[in-house]
Amino acid sequence: MQISVKVNGTERTADVEPRLLLVHLVRDTFGLTGTHEGCDTTSCGACTVLLDGTPVKSCTLFGVQADGREVTTVEGLAAGGELDPVQVAFKEEHGLQCGFCTPGMMLVGKALLERNADPSDDDVRWAISGNICRCTGYVNIVNAIRHAARIKAGATEPATV
Amino acid sequence: MIPAPFDYVRAESVDQAIELLSGNDDAKIIAGGHSLLPLMRLRLARPALLVDISRLADLAYVREDDGQVAIGALTRHHDVANSEALQELAPIVAYAASLIGDPAVRHVGTIGGSCAHADPASDMPTVLLALGAELVVLGPKGTSRRVTAADFFKGLFQPDLASNEVLSEIRVPKTTGRGWSYLKFHRRAQDWAMVGVAALAGNGIGPAVALTNMGERPLRAAGVEEALAGGADPATAAERADEGTSPPSDTFGSAEYRRELSKVLVRRALEEAMSR
Repeated sequence: MQISVKVNGTERTADVEPRLLLVHLVRDTFGLTGTHEGCDTTSCGACTVLLDGTPVKSCTLFGVQADGREVTTVEGLAAGGELDPVQVAFKEEHGLQCGFCTPGMMLVGKALLERNADPSDDDVRWAISGNICRCTGYVNIVNAIRHAARIKAGATEPATV
Repeated sequence: MIPAPFDYVRAESVDQAIELLSGNDDAKIIAGGHSLLPLMRLRLARPALLVDISRLADLAYVREDDGQVAIGALTRHHDVANSEALQELAPIVAYAASLIGDPAVRHVGTIGGSCAHADPASDMPTVLLALGAELVVLGPKGTSRRVTAADFFKGLFQPDLASNEVLSEIRVPKTTGRGWSYLKFHRRAQDWAMVGVAALAGNGIGPAVALTNMGERPLRAAGVEEALAGGADPATAAERADEGTSPPSDTFGSAEYRRELSKVLVRRALEEAMSR
C-alpha cells in the first residue's frame, strides 16, 4: 500500500505491507534509528514518537495508520543546527544514562511543554508514566524536563559549551 | 513480533465499514488498535481484513442527549478522561478512563475498542456495568439496537456484537447527586487491574457495585448489593464481595488472593462513594 507521511517536516512516501509497524516504518524504511524498540508490548515507551504532536507508542500502530499524518521522531527535535531546549536540558541536567529511553522521554517532554509551559514535578511524572528508564534515572529526567521549561521561558540561559 | 498478513481498508463511513464486514467473516474493525494489535502480534488474532474506522470523526464526541451522556465509540480514553461534560455529569467514567494504560495509550485507545474487546480485566466495562449503561450497535441496512452493559459483556473477549456489526455509541446515565468510586489495584502505574471495583451510592437509588477481573466478564457484586439493601454497613456487606465470582490466578496473584482483595477494595470503594 502506498502511504505518505510527513516525517520531521519532510514528506516521505513508501510502498508498505499493511502489517508493517510504525516503529519499523520509521527505523527500517526511513532509516531513522533514533526511535528505539524496547519491550515490543506497549509498555516501555522507548518507541514513543509524536503523531500530529501527540505522544504515541509506535510499536502498537501500523505504518498505514500514519498515512497522511505528521510524525516527529527524536531526529526532528533539533532545528537548523540548534538543539531543542529539551535536548539542551537533558544534557545539562544529566537526564540520561544509557540513553535507550531518552528519545521517548524527550519527545514526551516536548509534547508536555507544548501544552503546559510550567509543569510541576507531578505533571512531569504523570506525563512520563508510560516511559520506563531501566537505569532508574527518573529524578534527573524530571529535572531535565522542568529545566527545559525554564529555558523555553527564557528564565535561564543554556550553558554555552 | 510481526502480525500475519492482512488486507487493510480505511472506511469512509460506518455504512461502508459494515458493508466491508458483511462481505468477509474474517474481517475486524480497527480503531486505536491498542487491544487488537497486541493480539495480532501474538497471532492470537489473524484477521484477513482490517477495516480502519479511526478517521470517522463523527464517531468521536461526548454530548448530553435525552437525559443521558452519549459518548461516541471512537472517543479516545484521553478525551473521555478530560471531558468536562463527563467530569460534571458522570465523573466515574472520566476518572476510570484516566486510569487506563498510560498517557500514550490513552491518546490512541478508544472507549469503543475497550468495550468491543470485552476483556474482563478492563476498567471501562466494569464502570459501565455499575452504571447500567447502554451500548448502541449498528448493523447492516441501517439497523440499530441498544444493549445494556449487563447483556453486552457476555464472556471472555465476547461482546454481544455480530461479525458485521459496529459499536457506535456508549450511553451513560447522569450520576448527579450520587457518590462514586473506582478503585484499581495494580502493581505499577500502567498495569491492568489485579482487581477493580466500581461503586455508586446515594440519591435514593440502591448502591451499585461491580468488579473488574473477578471472572470471565465484569460482574455485579450481587451479594454486596443485597446486603446493603438489607441494611448492612459497608464493612459487613463487603464480606460478600466474592460471591458468585471466579477470579483468575496468574503471576500477579492467586484466585484466593483476589477474593480477599475484592472484599477490601469493595469496603474502601463503598466508604469513598458514600462520603462524596
